Amino acid sequence: MTGADVPADFPTPPREFTDAEDREVVVDRADADALEALVEMYIDFDPGDRAQGIPPVEEGQIREWLDAILSAEGFNVVAWHGDRAVGHATLVPDDAGTYELAIFVLDDFQGARIGTELVKALLGWAQSAGVEDVWLTVERWNDPAIRLYKKVGFETTDAQSFEMEMAIRL
Amino acid sequence: MHVLFALGPGEAAFEAFETAFERAAVADDSLTVAVYGDAAERERVSASASECLASADVEWELREVDAEPAPALVELAEREGIDRIVLPGGERSPMGKIQLDSVAEFVLLNATMTVTLIR
Repeated sequence: MTGADVPADFPTPPREFTDAEDREVVVDRADADALEALVEMYIDFDPGDRAQGIPPVEEGQIREWLDAILSAEGFNVVAWHGDRAVGHATLVPDDAGTYELAIFVLDDFQGARIGTELVKALLGWAQSAGVEDVWLTVERWNDPAIRLYKKVGFETTDAQSFEMEMAIRL
Repeated sequence: MHVLFALGPGEAAFEAFETAFERAAVADDSLTVAVYGDAAERERVSASASECLASADVEWELREVDAEPAPALVELAEREGIDRIVLPGGERSPMGKIQLDSVAEFVLLNATMTVTLIR
């Protein structure tokens, strides 16, 4: 078999690499222990990089949102530069037994391969845990994100509205 | 001001409607509520909405939209000289992302008057 029928084999976290700007970055599994580092990351987050209302802007709302995500029976990976969280990717279960994916990278660390590594490691972990279906929505004009998702194997499943829906089968 | 509220099925939509009519009472707006959805849903939603409106101090009327809702809402707003269309602002995904439904999207893109989304 060839092509899209065969799920890609994704690496599992932890993953250490040097990013395109020569920075040492580690992508690793995260749970509620990463809360404070993630709160700091999202306080620093460029409001222009928000998508469809997330992450929230105000610290209280950021905490509430992260509490839900970090305890939602989902999967979270964080990209660390030293002890600083600079990227986060998450899978949140829905009622249909599938998972919604989202990814966030701090402005200064974008375009340096960190997003791709985050998504691959997250999918690798989920794949090894038996997750089969992952979907996401992305604003149609968000070309860098759409390119990233296509590169790792997501396919467009609905392009009718402002947000494009994409999915991958693991 | 004459406000059109587009009321579809679902709990979140009805909560937004309650916010809208409280606001209309404060602002002394007149409110046209356009109920859409399938026939059974419209009947149920219309009954609940009428009950709310009956006790509110606001000038109101209720319409049921049985055509394709999005274009029918825009057309109704134009015909009635509506100043502002008010809509529920979409559902949230498990992740918390806001997802606009196709009615909200059509109305935003095609209405000739101000559109307010309630979140």
